[in-house]
Amino acid sequence: MVKTPVYTTIDANEAAARVAYLANEVVAIYPITPASAMGEWADEWAANGKPNLWGTVPQVIEMQSEGGAAGAIHGALQAGALATTFTASQGLLLMIPNMYKIAGELTPTVFHIAARSIAAQALSIYGDHSDVMTARVTGWVLLASASVQEAQDFAAIAHAATLEARVPFLHFFDGFRTSHEVSKLAILEEDDLRAMLDAGLIAQHRARSLSPDHPVVRGTAQNPDVYFQARETVNPYYDACPEIIERAMNRFAELTGRAYKPYEYVGAPDAERVIVLMGSGCEAAHETVDYLTAQGEKVGVLKVRLYRPFDMRRFIQALPATTRVLGVLDRTKEPGSTGEPLYLDTVTAIVEEWTEGPAPVVVGGRYGLSSKDFTPGMIKAVFDNLAQPKPKNHFTVGIIDDVSHTSLDVDPDFSVESDKVVRAIFYGLGADGTVGANKNSIKIIGENTENYAQGYFSYDSKKSGSMTVSYLRFGPKPIRSNYLISKANFVACHQPTFLEKYDVLQDIVDGGTFLLTMPYPADEVWDHLPRLVQEQIVKKHLRVYTIDAYSVAGEVGMGKRINTVMQTCFFAVSGVLPRDEAITEIKKSIEKTYGKKGEEIVERNLQAVDITLSHLHEVTVPTQVTSTIEMLPPVPADAPDFVRNVTGEMIARRGDLLPVSVLPADGTYPSGTTKYEKRNLALEIPVWDPEICIQCGKCAMVCPHAVIRIKAYDGAELVNAPETFKATDARDTEWKDMKYTIQVSPDDCTGCALCVDVCPAKSKTAANYKAINMNPQPPLREQENENWNFFVDLPEMDRRNIKISSIRQQQVQQPLFEFSGACSGCGETPYLKLISQLFGDRTLVANATGCSSIYGGNLPTTPWAYNAEGRGPAWSNSLFEDNAEFGLGMRVAVDKQAEFARELLGKLSGQVGGDLTEEILNADQSGEAGIHDQRDRVAALKTKLQAINSDEAKQLYDLADYLVRKDVWIVGGDGWAYDIGFGGLDHVLASGRNVNILVLDTEVYSNTGGQMSKSTPLAAVAKFAAGGKRANKKDLGMIAMSYGNVYVGRVAMGARDEHTLRTFLEAEAYDGPSIIIAYSHCIAHGINMTTALKNQKASVDTGAWILYRYNPMRAEQGENPLQLDSRAPKLPLTEYLRMENRFRMLELSKPEVARQLFAEAQENVRTQWALYEYLASRPVSIANGHA
Amino acid sequence: MVDITTTYLGKKLRSPLVVSACPLSEKVENIKRMEDAGAGAVVLYSLFEEQIRREREAMQHYLLYGTESFAEALTYFPEPEEYHAGTEDYLKLIADAKASVNIPVIASLNGASLGGWTKFARKMEEAGADALELNVYYIPTNMNMTGEEVENTYIDILHAVKSAVQIPVAMKLSPFFSNMAYMAKRLDMGGANSLVLFNRFYQPDIDIETREVTPNVILSTPQAMRLPLTWVGILYGHIQADLAATSGIHTPTDVIKMLMAGANVTMMASALLRSGIDHLRVVEQGVRQWMEEHEYESVDQMRGSVSQINAEDPSAFERTQYMRALKTFHPRIAY
Repeated sequence: MVKTPVYTTIDANEAAARVAYLANEVVAIYPITPASAMGEWADEWAANGKPNLWGTVPQVIEMQSEGGAAGAIHGALQAGALATTFTASQGLLLMIPNMYKIAGELTPTVFHIAARSIAAQALSIYGDHSDVMTARVTGWVLLASASVQEAQDFAAIAHAATLEARVPFLHFFDGFRTSHEVSKLAILEEDDLRAMLDAGLIAQHRARSLSPDHPVVRGTAQNPDVYFQARETVNPYYDACPEIIERAMNRFAELTGRAYKPYEYVGAPDAERVIVLMGSGCEAAHETVDYLTAQGEKVGVLKVRLYRPFDMRRFIQALPATTRVLGVLDRTKEPGSTGEPLYLDTVTAIVEEWTEGPAPVVVGGRYGLSSKDFTPGMIKAVFDNLAQPKPKNHFTVGIIDDVSHTSLDVDPDFSVESDKVVRAIFYGLGADGTVGANKNSIKIIGENTENYAQGYFSYDSKKSGSMTVSYLRFGPKPIRSNYLISKANFVACHQPTFLEKYDVLQDIVDGGTFLLTMPYPADEVWDHLPRLVQEQIVKKHLRVYTIDAYSVAGEVGMGKRINTVMQTCFFAVSGVLPRDEAITEIKKSIEKTYGKKGEEIVERNLQAVDITLSHLHEVTVPTQVTSTIEMLPPVPADAPDFVRNVTGEMIARRGDLLPVSVLPADGTYPSGTTKYEKRNLALEIPVWDPEICIQCGKCAMVCPHAVIRIKAYDGAELVNAPETFKATDARDTEWKDMKYTIQVSPDDCTGCALCVDVCPAKSKTAANYKAINMNPQPPLREQENENWNFFVDLPEMDRRNIKISSIRQQQVQQPLFEFSGACSGCGETPYLKLISQLFGDRTLVANATGCSSIYGGNLPTTPWAYNAEGRGPAWSNSLFEDNAEFGLGMRVAVDKQAEFARELLGKLSGQVGGDLTEEILNADQSGEAGIHDQRDRVAALKTKLQAINSDEAKQLYDLADYLVRKDVWIVGGDGWAYDIGFGGLDHVLASGRNVNILVLDTEVYSNTGGQMSKSTPLAAVAKFAAGGKRANKKDLGMIAMSYGNVYVGRVAMGARDEHTLRTFLEAEAYDGPSIIIAYSHCIAHGINMTTALKNQKASVDTGAWILYRYNPMRAEQGENPLQLDSRAPKLPLTEYLRMENRFRMLELSKPEVARQLFAEAQENVRTQWALYEYLASRPVSIANGHA
Repeated sequence: MVDITTTYLGKKLRSPLVVSACPLSEKVENIKRMEDAGAGAVVLYSLFEEQIRREREAMQHYLLYGTESFAEALTYFPEPEEYHAGTEDYLKLIADAKASVNIPVIASLNGASLGGWTKFARKMEEAGADALELNVYYIPTNMNMTGEEVENTYIDILHAVKSAVQIPVAMKLSPFFSNMAYMAKRLDMGGANSLVLFNRFYQPDIDIETREVTPNVILSTPQAMRLPLTWVGILYGHIQADLAATSGIHTPTDVIKMLMAGANVTMMASALLRSGIDHLRVVEQGVRQWMEEHEYESVDQMRGSVSQINAEDPSAFERTQYMRALKTFHPRIAY
């Protein structure tokens, strides 16, 4: 008998992971967006001792890559365990070799996939079917879920069916749209899941396992005589699959009442036009078909759940016999193919299996790549296309394709939203807690009322000051509208600054409710609204409510987190629930959410609820628009065309409307565009006091966003200086008679205050006043922008005249990495900026995927810049796992082309002149002056070459720039260097080639949310190490040193900045492989980012992070190549550990474990120091020499 | 054989040497060693309840910091199933200590405002504490707060805790009241079972190189005992509550002085941190030896013998002594 379902509100990642965890014994995990959360859940559950269906806690093991995870699962399955893993995108690609094996050996398992785009012209973390489609050739079952409910249910069906079918399953759902959608669903009871999994089949799986008690050989090598036949042995298993899956679905329906079919048709029984698709788009199509059929249209949708094996018979049987035309939609692209995969399968099925009457016409199209919203309007456009006498084939929908003219026209106003559904949009800042509050509201409504609830959240690509948009729906029926809301009846704006930047009211309906927080009394709010906002309020007859949420939050000590305040307001004015009931539920929810975290946190939130309503006011809306405040342009009017027409549109959230023609075809974008995106995030900015400043340069050096700049220049330049522009005499004796300025860009600063923390110059009369101090930004903004603009135009100092070994001089070098989207106070970016200053004009950068590739290369704007001569770092990101090899390839290419150029120059010596040839070939390019002179010579050479009419002269002309020295910097995080890319990194180190490797060591996978890497220190709590890491940090430097000919440096800028600078200079100067391991504090450490340099210092002072340089050149001179650059540990390790919540958390969650691991960590510090001390002091005769 | 037993907080102690709140009592084995070395009772290290609360809030702040902002990293930490607030460990320590020693175990609660005192006091009682010592760690810096308001804070805390527990309650005080005697009387009348004189406030230092205020804790010096000595001597015989002397007690002589001034018990921490727990044996031996040499039979006999009410010159406890002291002080340099 079917039980009454119990409902919960969770996302698909959690729903699928729960089933997978319950149904397995071994879980191999590795982080990748958007599937990371599935592994995180599994790890957390295991750490908390949650058992699986059979009462035992699964073994959850993090691997070094998805390839590793697949290998581990292959082994676990061979050894008889029930095993699973989760992944997406590039991760799935890495699993493919093992997937062939697992399928070839007829092994039951399920991999759960949050389907995501594959990196092509660019990486994208968002959802489509590009990844799973690459796996359709592996022999796995492909089962597609379309909703959160299905993600749970199909996970169970897959685990049940694979045991019988012996064919492995890829269960997938759309990344973000489904994986991250929070939805009300009927939860699958453990008993029902247990009933799905046949104990006899599990026993058979174990019986087939490798065991010395009944040994067999599996994984042989076969020859031409039998491989082919053996490959054909599996056909009956694939033939049986659809039947098995159908049975599993039927069994599931008996247990739960939720019925599914491998191919499920919805729509008019006599439909003529039918759309075929799979994944989340099915839900929107279902909803649209319901709407259109209600209007008498003969349309339908065929939802493909079972994509492989593709059962043509069942597929055709599911279609109405009246079908005249099929529109097959693929959420993937296969350039050069005759059509996308589902389309081709449909064509084949029609040809092979359509038996009744004339076969329908089949057209195919692409939609929804990279989570491009897929709306009823688009679905209607497809149906309209199908109604054409000659429907467009190989079309696209959802974009404007003005190049190949594939796109269908879409009516943007077409909507099928029900009036019974409350539709709300919230614009918030990441830091204000808006998303968390909304997730909470969904829970309140979903779990305490009869209503269904849905939440979807979009984030921007910057890590600091990012905007979040929450889309919430509540209604009496299950919600299939899995697309963004375009007809909102409630809009909330949690940040007043958004009003001038974005059209937040464009999606609100007539008579809707608008809630906004403004720091003004209700009767003054109207006068502070931009004209566009006022116009829409009047035109759409909106009701407007306002609250000064920051004041209310401040009053109860909640700082900038206005989540509870705004959540209370939402319930108060939206009418989703009766007000009193809503307040009671919010309070209950607060107690539930924060109860274990401490009563004071509960009290604070409860207090916020209590005082909010008295601060919430309705704004009296005049009948006339009065404002003269205009919307700000996304980029300055004088920006280059591309930036204005393309980049600016993306910034303004209008990127969806950009046509194909304006986008580069090969993924190539202009450098240095962050300077056009003035984000104006900082509430406070640093202000320089030249009287106190000792001109040490440290503030500029640590500035993560390159917003503090230094210039030394001729005083004559000050003639037209703005009135408030500050300048003083340069103190450096070599800059005698020059003027000196430290300038801040107020619109680019994120207000992290690291500069103030590092500033060593204090006022003689008040120790809390430094040479640089944080001051409120608004009153300074206009003046400092003027000063900044003047400053930028001051001449850069000739690089030849800068002593780069001293920070105070070096910091006048122009940063060519600026205003990135990294977190405020980021610990990585100062190192990258340093590279850009020292070597940027001659550097190629190979950047591993991770934080640095995201803040370094995520559109709309990118930070790698160029100087006045047009030179700057040339940057690229290949993959996560291959970055060292990618960089090595660059090095080899540069070297080869330089070699060829030298050969050609030798041949052309007679024509270009012997002296010039000799000078070029023998140039000393070890310093700035040498490089400068070489550039002049090459310019002269090119002039001469233009006059020579020969193929060789032309070839040399094209290659001549390679005669000037080029650097290759290979950069990435510890996830890359220690784990997924280690094999390649090791190979590159061993290559002996002149590459520079920078490891930005945050000791976790920062970009994907702080998962453990092999760099994570002992005792740290991280995701995938929820119970504290039990193994030591890998000593990557020691491994690199073992080659003997690799320059190795370990630095921590916050501990010893001069040492950092020296190490970078030495590493670059070393003619061979060099690697710098750089301590990078990180938001994922749970630290105060404002004073994070103190954490760096503590890590060095306690011996947790030893500073050293291993320079093979010293060995050549008879010296020990290893120099220790930090002193013996002088503080107990706990002084450092207790500064960071990654360690403190262990004390709070598992105090006994913490005590033991902290003691172990202290002992490790002692032994590691002793080892390094020994190595640095041993006689050079037994040291590794320069190979 | 001299009798060094004493009574404190309604219990008979084998010795007036009590270990005051300090990190040594974080481990049960140390508490056992204290008993073995002759301690009459032990005051456990202080539970800084408000600090724990602040830490919890900080933890919550950093758990949320940067979350729900960036699509790939919606959080940065796993969510622990439970948080040990820090108080569980303390309660376990009380229970463990009670199970392993026979001397009274006094729990110590440290804080500045009403907060969660009553809740934790009750839990400490339930865990088996023989008594509570409330260390009101309050430095008023608000210029608009009157002395009476400050004093009322102490009284309010005392009342709140007394109403929550049955076990005796000691008040550890600072000397910084405009009228210490009046304050002592109010606390006495308010039901305090003992006054512990005095706590040592955190007094930061300045690093002249970095020009930073440095929070280094310094251990007490023998000179520090003068203030408690003065007030034990003055209060003895005037209030019902027991008197415990603490600060600067390092030697047998110091103990004897305090007992003569009127203390029921003498508390030590710095001396044990410097010289080890076994220093208790040395002090006890010294006290016994002095008593024998001077034919004292018991601590009771000695207690209060040189308090203000029993001293030959009662005014010596007051300003006149100060004037005399100044007159006898000869600076070594000319001025």
